[in-house]
Amino acid sequence: MVNIEIDGKKIHAREGSMVIEAADDAGINIPRFCYHKKLSIAANCRMCLVEVEKAAKPLPACATPVTDGMKVFTRSAKAVAAQKGVMEFLLINHPLDCPICDQGGECELQDVALTYGSDVSKYSESKRVLPSKDFGPLIGGDMTRCIHCTRCVRFGIEIAGVYELGTIGRGEHMEIGTFVQHSLSSELSGNIIDLCPVGALTSKPFRYVARAWELVQRDSVAPHDCVGSNIHVHVKGDRVVRVVPRENEEINETWLSDRDRFSYEGLNSADRVQVPMIKVEGEWQETDWETALHRAVDGLKQVGSDDIGALASPLSTLEELYLLQKLMREIGCGNIDHRLKQTDFSDQQEAPAFPWLGQAIGDLEGNDAVLLIGADLCKDQPIIGHRLRKAALSGGRISSVNPADFSYHFPRLASRVASNMLAELVAIAQALLDETGKAAPEEFATLSKAVEVTDAQKQIAESLLKGQSSSVLMGEAAINDAQFSAIRSIATLIAELSDSRPGYLPAGGNGAGAWQAGALPHRKAGGRPASVNGKNVAQMLQSEMKAYLLLNTEPEVDCADTDAARKAMQKAQFVVSLSPYASEAVMAYADVILPVSPFTETSGTFVNVEGRWQSFEGVVPPLGESRPAWKVLRVLGNLFNCDGFDFVESSEVLAEISTAAGDMGRDNSISWRCPASLGSASEYRAAADYAGDGIVRRAESLQAVAQSRV
Amino acid sequence: MVAEMKATKSDLISAECKAEIDEWVAKYPLDQKQSAVMAALRILQDDNGGYLTTELMDAVADYLEMTPMAVYEVATFYSMYELSPVGRHKICVCTNISCMLCGSDEVVAHLRKRLGIGLGETTEDGRITLKEVECLGACVDAPMCQIGRQYHLKLTPEKIDEILDQLD
Ligand code: SF4
Ligand code: FES
Ligand code: FES
Repeated sequence: MVNIEIDGKKIHAREGSMVIEAADDAGINIPRFCYHKKLSIAANCRMCLVEVEKAAKPLPACATPVTDGMKVFTRSAKAVAAQKGVMEFLLINHPLDCPICDQGGECELQDVALTYGSDVSKYSESKRVLPSKDFGPLIGGDMTRCIHCTRCVRFGIEIAGVYELGTIGRGEHMEIGTFVQHSLSSELSGNIIDLCPVGALTSKPFRYVARAWELVQRDSVAPHDCVGSNIHVHVKGDRVVRVVPRENEEINETWLSDRDRFSYEGLNSADRVQVPMIKVEGEWQETDWETALHRAVDGLKQVGSDDIGALASPLSTLEELYLLQKLMREIGCGNIDHRLKQTDFSDQQEAPAFPWLGQAIGDLEGNDAVLLIGADLCKDQPIIGHRLRKAALSGGRISSVNPADFSYHFPRLASRVASNMLAELVAIAQALLDETGKAAPEEFATLSKAVEVTDAQKQIAESLLKGQSSSVLMGEAAINDAQFSAIRSIATLIAELSDSRPGYLPAGGNGAGAWQAGALPHRKAGGRPASVNGKNVAQMLQSEMKAYLLLNTEPEVDCADTDAARKAMQKAQFVVSLSPYASEAVMAYADVILPVSPFTETSGTFVNVEGRWQSFEGVVPPLGESRPAWKVLRVLGNLFNCDGFDFVESSEVLAEISTAAGDMGRDNSISWRCPASLGSASEYRAAADYAGDGIVRRAESLQAVAQSRV
Repeated sequence: MVAEMKATKSDLISAECKAEIDEWVAKYPLDQKQSAVMAALRILQDDNGGYLTTELMDAVADYLEMTPMAVYEVATFYSMYELSPVGRHKICVCTNISCMLCGSDEVVAHLRKRLGIGLGETTEDGRITLKEVECLGACVDAPMCQIGRQYHLKLTPEKIDEILDQLD
């Protein structure tokens, strides 16, 4: 630590840190445009000039390291003159069109100009003008407003790992752009909107929707992936009009994936159902809640409880999933599942308590070796991809075994594309056995006889062995593989042999929570075994149940076997859909539609992949007549005359789950079970971009991006 | 498939040019191939009749294992690289401070009159391009211009006429 003084205030600053960091820590404001704590230092805007004792000229605070005894003045005559001068230069080419600029009211340039600039411009020559640039459906590019701080360029190179924005030309002719026109491809692209200090890069879906001062900012948690990124939701009236990241260093840092940022458009989709609806003699009728709920209960009572199947999306809250399984079990039905895309359930009895990352999200970057199995990070968990990119850039050796050539934004030691991932993993396990001389587990030798260990597989094995801190992570393409149980066995074996952490990256924002809540056919809340083993999702669809209860899902798109799902729904005698949406397909097969709130309109809890419980409040009131699903499930419980459904607040539901599941262990080890065979190759069918859940599928701008990528 | 695509991009570079670029690559440490980017762009520009295309820049990126954007940045930063066709002769007139004080305005005016084109334009027959450039480091002999690899110093209208007459 060194001792410095800023504006007379004595400060202990970290050695090697810059003056601006010390000032930020001490709460002293120094204006800046190019500096950002998560990006490299460019020192090109000069807005942060300060006076330093004994220095002849003002120095940029963002690029001046602290030294012992240093005296800094941020508001001395010299500093103020320098700041004013810089401000004047920055405004020479900047249009003074704040009234028609979308950034107005939340513009760093506007704010700094107000505090540090002059009120009258001396400049009377003409200004530089640039045509707007098309960066795709998400980001508007009014490049005339750009002040060339290069934050967006550095973000691409350093954080997103996609060098697609650059500085074209030089001097007065410099422009930020892609040179060859194309939509930005990074799945973290929206972050440049936050980074851009001016109105050059703005959110296209938010254009001209509201001024900053008309918005109310509320806290929430993003529901689309297992990271559980923290978000601020911006509300105008009763409408969600924007989502931005809420800083949480342990989870999403200052970033947010495009999916989490722009999915809110789906909340305002025309597909939203606002009134309970029942089908009477093939015709849909809008009705009141009481009628609809009674109709639902009557319909379900008509079929035996064994003939009901409950399917829930892993986007549902912990409270909703808990009440759903409680209701089903109370009425004597064990057929409940949230693993919509999974196909192999054969080892579910031995599965860990919940799919856990095996570590904290922040610890990912400390890995020096990682084996990714079936993990399409760019698509499924962009923030995990970003953390692993940091690991890779600091020397971590990351390998992948995938069913298709998934793209990553970091270098990999080995990238194996295998239509039979299992065989590939067996070879890696064999390489580990060869290397360590450890005894093979029972029957493994018979299995591995048929595989030939290649150099690449040896390399992967060595990297994991050498790693002081290493992980073996199974992504959605592994979890949904037809041979998942075998993959799990071998992946866990690989982890054991190499002293790595096995981990999972399950689908949805509450995949871990669904296991804890007991939204499973074989386990109740807290992982306790179910008294009757119900049917899993595949069995429920195959055996064509008489009735289905759907929570936040459209099985004909959400399930692995979409055809079977569509058929099962159409054939069913009675289908109740608890969902914010009613598509044509749902209208065709459902009998009762109970409009329930998406995550922004209800209180609830998501459990992320670290096992972290994140509770949130509704940020807007439920749309129309729709109601939070936990309340609807509670009333259904009452109507079925079940005990224990007298909750008044969702926090009471949460308290009950805490008692049941609060102390669930975090342990991904499983007992060894040798796969019967090497299995066979299967064709991998990649899902379309931004198709993972009902909200995202209705977010227009994200859909436009998906379209442009086809 | 990816490998194939890559191969196609740098295939645009002729064997001779590759050999020449390789000489430059050899001057830098093995893992810093991209240091040869300026030389590579110059070589390809000369080979392509004085200007670079996006395809050629992509080829350089591929050949030197760089991100295309990084090559575009270099190619657009230096005024010596041309990104659209130029005349057989490129007259680069310095209009920076020393030359300006010594009469570059007149030089430009005379050239415009003689050639019938403005700055940044090319004569219809594709013979000559007129270009305004910044200081070329020959201020002692200002005003000046550069044509091809040759500096022409202490320009006067007469001297310009003489130079123009000698161009093929
Ligand atoms: S577009 Fe915005 S972030 Fe990018 S350089 Fe310009 S002002 Fe900075
Ligand atoms: S913030 Fe220091 S120079 Fe830009
Ligand atoms: S100003 Fe023209 S050569 Fe220097």
